[in-house]
Amino acid sequence: MNSRALTYVLAAAALLGLTALAFAVGRYPVSLGEIVSLLAAKLTGSTHTLPANVETVVMQVRGPRVLAALVVGAALAAAGTAYQGMFRNPLVSPDILGVSTGAALGAVLGIFLSLNVLMIQLLAFAGGLAAVGLVYWIGSRLRGHDPLLALVLTGVVIGTLLGSVIALLKYLADPYNQLPAITYWLLGSLASISPRDLSVAAPLALLGLAPMLLLRWRMNLLALPDDEARALGVDTRKLRLVVIAAATLMTAAAVAVSGVIGWIGLLVPHAARMLVGPDFGRLLPLAMLLGAAFLLAVDTLCRTIATIEVPPGVLTALIGTPFFLWLFALSRRSW
Amino acid sequence: MLKVESLAFGFPGRTIGRDVSFSLGDGEVMCVLGPNGGGKTTLFRTVLGLLAKHSGSIALEGQSIETLSRSEIAKLIGYVPQGHSGYFAYTVRDFVLMGRTAHLGIFSSPSKKDFDVADRALASLGMAQLAERPITEVSGGERQLALVARALAQEPRLLVLDEPTASLDFGNQVRVLERIAALARTGISILFSSHDPDHAFLCAQRALLLAEGRALEIGAPREVIRADTLQRLYGVSVQVLPLAGGGHTCLPAIGH
Repeated sequence: MNSRALTYVLAAAALLGLTALAFAVGRYPVSLGEIVSLLAAKLTGSTHTLPANVETVVMQVRGPRVLAALVVGAALAAAGTAYQGMFRNPLVSPDILGVSTGAALGAVLGIFLSLNVLMIQLLAFAGGLAAVGLVYWIGSRLRGHDPLLALVLTGVVIGTLLGSVIALLKYLADPYNQLPAITYWLLGSLASISPRDLSVAAPLALLGLAPMLLLRWRMNLLALPDDEARALGVDTRKLRLVVIAAATLMTAAAVAVSGVIGWIGLLVPHAARMLVGPDFGRLLPLAMLLGAAFLLAVDTLCRTIATIEVPPGVLTALIGTPFFLWLFALSRRSW
Repeated sequence: MLKVESLAFGFPGRTIGRDVSFSLGDGEVMCVLGPNGGGKTTLFRTVLGLLAKHSGSIALEGQSIETLSRSEIAKLIGYVPQGHSGYFAYTVRDFVLMGRTAHLGIFSSPSKKDFDVADRALASLGMAQLAERPITEVSGGERQLALVARALAQEPRLLVLDEPTASLDFGNQVRVLERIAALARTGISILFSSHDPDHAFLCAQRALLLAEGRALEIGAPREVIRADTLQRLYGVSVQVLPLAGGGHTCLPAIGH
């Protein structure tokens, strides 16, 4: 087996091990044997003799949360991978065009208006799409500039604008009721994800993934300067639009159910690229495996290291910052 | 192959050059000379359809460039831009494979045949042993040759090279010029720019002298590259000397 294949196998094995561990640990520990026999019983449709608590913990408490960590982690990593290639910059995260800020504004508005959870998620999702739509619309009208630069700069200023609207809503929000909910949402959490949330978010994320998989080879051309890609026969404007739409859909679907969890879309693609190189077709599956594993590890730590839940957004930053600097110090000039 | 008529070109809202007309037959080599900022790169980008022309016409094999899609243009013209260093660390082979894009379906990946074309392009430039090296870790000259290989992998009818010898050492400059002459013998038309008028003498049948966006002269190098035209083009005095074995060379007159 060559070293590249070994990388995928190791990443998949690590993810599998982490998944088993995530089901096992917590306030109500479940043994590996119990998990296996429960899964076997569920798959074959036979009955089992395990305590009812075990079934509840595995299927209803930890199951949705573990799945959510996998889906959200993989989606953020995939979107980050696409954006880092497209913006030809390894320091780009899926948030660069404002999807997270837009989603945050939608959610904060929902909380501010005391809407129900479903409406808050819907507003978050719509907010993410609308923010990127606005950035793309303005950015593509700033002619006479490099199209990518126009998009990034528009993304930055619109993101700042939306951020100040969020700040205003926080200032106006009821400090006893709404403000903690807003803060909680902005830090991200997988604690309260329901199977219904997942059943909506996962298909949307898959819908975003499909064009990336189909276009995986052509995606590489976007990593070239615009003129070169066009001279090689790529309609870069159209391809970019497809990639932005796909990445935004994935990120918005993830953020709508999990809140803003930073660092994954920035750190994971970078690490994956160091392992298998920049070819998108090779990079994407590894980035998704690592993204899923990273968020699952973080979330499992979040619910086990302290008696209170630690927000995953805090932990990803605490782990991500030194890890990123370490990776950067390790890497040579190339990325 | 290529026919350009009364072309005005430039950026949106800013015309750089006008009244440029020339045509290029199969296997013909044309060298574009001119000072920095004279409009060479802008002219090339317009010929490639990367910039919209302001007026006039550009036809590739009789078809107006506006009627062609990006991938149709890519099958006809290979473009070798000026080298640049900000690529991701693709291997040289993967980088050259990108030249196959126009020949692939939108959802396809390169096939065995595409790999063969890319490897042949690399081998023809003596680069086969560099195929697995990251493009970020080869020398500037090798990167320039990789760009040429990528353009050759397009299997184009016309090759447009923007200062292909800039930043190359003397030996690599000569190698690139040799490749240009050899490619032309296979029937590919070539349009390239250079800062050295001798390059036109060495491998071009025609020279286009471009100053402030206008064609000062177009014709056989020995007819249009003269002391007076070089003086007008670059503002320095140059002697154009005949060589014993035929051909000419330019020698700047310093200190006169």
